[in-house]
Amino acid sequence: MNDMTNPDLQNSVQNPARRDFVVKAAAAGGGLALGFNFLAMPSVVLAQGASAGAPELNAWVAIKTDDTVVIRIARSEMGQGTLTGLAQLVAEELDCDWNKVTTEHIFPGQSLARKRIWGDMSTGGSRGIRTSQDYVRRAGAAARMMLLQAAADDWKVPVGEVTVDRGTITHSISGRSTSYGKVAEAAAKLTPPDVKSIKLRDPRQWKIAGRPVKRLDTADKLDGSKIYAVDVKLPGMLCAAIKDCPVFGGKAVSFDQAKIANMPGKPVAYRVNESTVAVVADTWWRAKKALDALPIVWDEGPNAKASQATILAHLTTGLTSNDAFADINDGDVNAAISGAAKKLEAVYTAPFVAHACMEPMNATVRLTAVKAECWVATQNAEASMATLSQTSGLPLSACEVYKLDLGGGFGRRGGNQDFVRQATLIAKQLPPGTPVKMLWSREEDLGHDFYRPIAQAKLSAGLDAQGNLVGLNIRVSGQSINAFANPAAIKDGKDVRQLQGMWKEPGDAQIGYTPPNLRTEYAMRNTHVPVGAWRGVNTNQNGYFLECFMEEAARASGKDSLAFRQAVLQKNPKHLAVLNAAAQKAGWGSPLPAGRHRGIAQFMGYGSYSAAVAEVSVTGGNVKVHRMVLATNCGHAVSIEQIAAQVQGGVAMGMSALLSQSSVANGRIVETNFHTLVLPKMVHMPKVETVIAPTFDFWGGVGEPTICVVIPSILNAIHAATGKPVRSLPLTGGLRLV
Amino acid sequence: MAKLNINGKEHDVQAEADTPLLWVIREQVGLTGTKFGCGIAQCGACSVHINGNLVRSCSMPLSAVKASDKIVTIEGLSPNATHAVQKAWQEIDVPQCGYCQSGQIMAATSLLAKTPKPTNAQIDAAMTNICRCGTYQRIRAAIHKAAGNTAAAAEVMANEHTVV
Repeated sequence: MNDMTNPDLQNSVQNPARRDFVVKAAAAGGGLALGFNFLAMPSVVLAQGASAGAPELNAWVAIKTDDTVVIRIARSEMGQGTLTGLAQLVAEELDCDWNKVTTEHIFPGQSLARKRIWGDMSTGGSRGIRTSQDYVRRAGAAARMMLLQAAADDWKVPVGEVTVDRGTITHSISGRSTSYGKVAEAAAKLTPPDVKSIKLRDPRQWKIAGRPVKRLDTADKLDGSKIYAVDVKLPGMLCAAIKDCPVFGGKAVSFDQAKIANMPGKPVAYRVNESTVAVVADTWWRAKKALDALPIVWDEGPNAKASQATILAHLTTGLTSNDAFADINDGDVNAAISGAAKKLEAVYTAPFVAHACMEPMNATVRLTAVKAECWVATQNAEASMATLSQTSGLPLSACEVYKLDLGGGFGRRGGNQDFVRQATLIAKQLPPGTPVKMLWSREEDLGHDFYRPIAQAKLSAGLDAQGNLVGLNIRVSGQSINAFANPAAIKDGKDVRQLQGMWKEPGDAQIGYTPPNLRTEYAMRNTHVPVGAWRGVNTNQNGYFLECFMEEAARASGKDSLAFRQAVLQKNPKHLAVLNAAAQKAGWGSPLPAGRHRGIAQFMGYGSYSAAVAEVSVTGGNVKVHRMVLATNCGHAVSIEQIAAQVQGGVAMGMSALLSQSSVANGRIVETNFHTLVLPKMVHMPKVETVIAPTFDFWGGVGEPTICVVIPSILNAIHAATGKPVRSLPLTGGLRLV
Repeated sequence: MAKLNINGKEHDVQAEADTPLLWVIREQVGLTGTKFGCGIAQCGACSVHINGNLVRSCSMPLSAVKASDKIVTIEGLSPNATHAVQKAWQEIDVPQCGYCQSGQIMAATSLLAKTPKPTNAQIDAAMTNICRCGTYQRIRAAIHKAAGNTAAAAEVMANEHTVV
């Protein structure tokens, strides 16, 4: 994406209000985070007000007299490392001393007050770096140019004679030098350069970006001092526990306040909305205990009899129905398969999966007649603020969202701002100015998620006499995220999003295989269960469907699993290259210890190419994943160590589908805590090796793209070990992950 | 009213006897480094030390804690995060979102107190906390590093990333 067309870009570097803003922020005494003045937490105040009083070169960069470089970060940090990566990109062009870089978050009200100078703040779809990189690099470069100009002006020499190295400006002819901190105030008064004319550094010559650097946000995660939204404490704050009708689509009919009136903590029950009840008390534990004791009459509604079996039966009708639409339809698939020397067909099932962020959903809201404030962990602070505004009835200009780093996001805390809405609805019923922290129990969190959608797929293939793939038909039947969350995105009833990773168009989530006859189809089969974006979204199901079937086809062809894929990837060299990179690092074809078997997979999503090789042993049904090699071509690799960390995270999160699912019985989710929703732990984690293979000709994502190859590479290794394909998740039929 | 000794300091707390220690620590004492994750002792985010033993505080009622019990939370583990485990965590850059890391660090320090140089199998057995971000590989390396087992740490981190 080229952000030169972004009106925010020039604005963010050339804003006449910038000094005014700094003056106001400094005058307020608390720096940027005015709202945090109310928090008795010095660490938060400091972190948020890092640039207070410092000259602002542009919206992204402020430099203090002690040479500290404060880089503003508009995207959310949820562990994925975007904060460090964006700072690297700014620092790279700024040419400052990396050891003097610090960061501060931007809040959406601040951005709105400056005409959205910081642009899009949403953080999902693995876009945090790739869609910000152009304008933040230009901002870093513009700041550098202004700082050099200020030094040159001071010395009365041409700016072309001035050089900079790590924040030290030198005029070698006269032997003079100064620092960024010393000239920042003068530089801030200069007219910013035309950002469009700035020539950015060749990424192959990067010195700070593209290098392994330590994260900037580790220290306070080691001693308990980091404040998450769940830790927010405000004067006079009350706490709320919440319960939504266990059956999706049901209602809360009534509740009996009298039964809890005498419990400790002065608990009071409130109706939040049609289906939800909350109890507010002086502490969360007392609120929760009272909520558990509160008699609530539910009307479970029309879905109370839905079960996993009824939902799967509904999906299965979509495997053969006439209502599917074809996205790709190359050649004549039916003729190619029916006329093939060898035919095969298989049906796969992928269940609902919960996000299970370690920090349960929560939000703290304080409302007065003129101000609405929310402290929240959010992937989309502007959506949080819009929800706060709509629900409170106050205009956006009267709202602020104090964004805190997330204890996990994975797509749960993006578009769906249910937690902000609920907390606001509770706050509206309290005396004005009373802050209320609403926190979900784990049972609420796992029982009221927006789940990764359930899906099935039937794949059919034809092989010629030489074992070449001559026809491939992919029919996906399952629930549509857009139908639930964004129906307007479905064009003419065709939701191509559910075929993510199997699109013909290059660049984002393109299918790599080009057999002469290829058809992809989707039949929409919605359920009553809420669905949403879950790290990797539909590439998870589709990568598993396609790559496990390609393994079956390779075995039927008698060819090597790698060679079979290579043959149909010839027209897409980037897909092929990343597959080869993984295979080479993993030693594909080389001997393995006795009992170990390999599986391979490749797929594409979020603008990046991914492949994996898994090494697995299966002993008496016990599946052990020993080693995983993953390769990624994300175009540009900004934070090397964080890319490796994200790949490892994708392995752990992907592997959770081997262990458990969110299943439906009596209209509700069965697995509502970690004794039944079993997640991978240390013992399950294989050794993960990441091959980073950037080609520098595009910008792809990092957080999500690799997760889609985890499951198919492992299942294909199991297939190699047992001789039998795995076609449903989690593992069953005598197989268990150990 | 109950008396608790937390991080070497006495606290008088006003809480019902069945209140989980986690919530007393977080809401009455005000130490929020110890985290709520599940409430049923499955995830370990709430791990603290009591008299040197690792305890999942979400499932221990206040009534089970004596005034003489010495409770240590993440905040009291060391001055200025100088415990070998915290230093190794920093050097290896273990945390991603960080939410579970208080509990992970408390579990790791407990393991090393009893088993100064653990094997991979001993790490697997002892480290049963959930990390949804998937930092397990770096946790394993950091435990070896904190134990002074540089060879084992290097083996875990070998080929962690290769740029081609």
